[in-house]
Amino acid sequence: MSVKKFMYVNRKAPYGTIYALESLEVVLIGAAFEQDVSLAFVDDGVYQLMKGQDTSEVGMKNFSPTYNALGDYDVNKLYVEKESLEERGLTVDDLMPLTYEDENDDYKEKPSIRVVTSEELSAIMDEQDVVLSF
Amino acid sequence: MPIEVNGKTLETDEEGYLANLSDWSPEVAEAMAKADGQELTDAHWEVINFLREYYEEYQIAPAVRVLTKAIGKKLGADKGNSKYLYELFPYGPAKQACKYAGLPKPTGCV
Repeated sequence: MSVKKFMYVNRKAPYGTIYALESLEVVLIGAAFEQDVSLAFVDDGVYQLMKGQDTSEVGMKNFSPTYNALGDYDVNKLYVEKESLEERGLTVDDLMPLTYEDENDDYKEKPSIRVVTSEELSAIMDEQDVVLSF
Repeated sequence: MPIEVNGKTLETDEEGYLANLSDWSPEVAEAMAKADGQELTDAHWEVINFLREYYEEYQIAPAVRVLTKAIGKKLGADKGNSKYLYELFPYGPAKQACKYAGLPKPTGCV
């Protein structure tokens, strides 16, 4: 089986709709097929990666800790659109410090989140075999 | 099919996974193992406890590949391999151990 490039594009806020959680579950399931997986976070989707999420008042499970497990599933390319962060007054420091261990580099911990411009992101999207939008 | 533990009836899904995480106690694991005709040893508990900690931290039950790797990292390579884990949990280490640990079925498991 040849390895394909899969990108999951996340555009919606984490709670209020089921999109973010469904996307995350599909990513974790898809990871079992050992494809080349990346995630993109644009528009309100950047809120999915916010630090310090607290869902006690909204009656939904806080699934944000699960993003920390992505590294274990060899999902370590999380592209966050720079413009989307800026429009919301956010910087990468407002996001969870997600990391993965690089097997090819003595298991060094490296950041999974990469902030890219809209232009860079569209170039990366162009390289994909499959783009799934949530 | 609900299970009886210490005189209490606990709800499970159709595959025997606990419906409510908070219903879990070590006795639940013992009862589930007994129903499968299995005795839980310290080696089993090591994996069950590991899974509960993993769930606590990440809010998911890990897939078997991830479990194997993570066990290897924490408990050593002699335990972080399929052979060792399948000997302990012949029905599939992730599925069976997650069930005993009171967790949902691992994401991505069919």
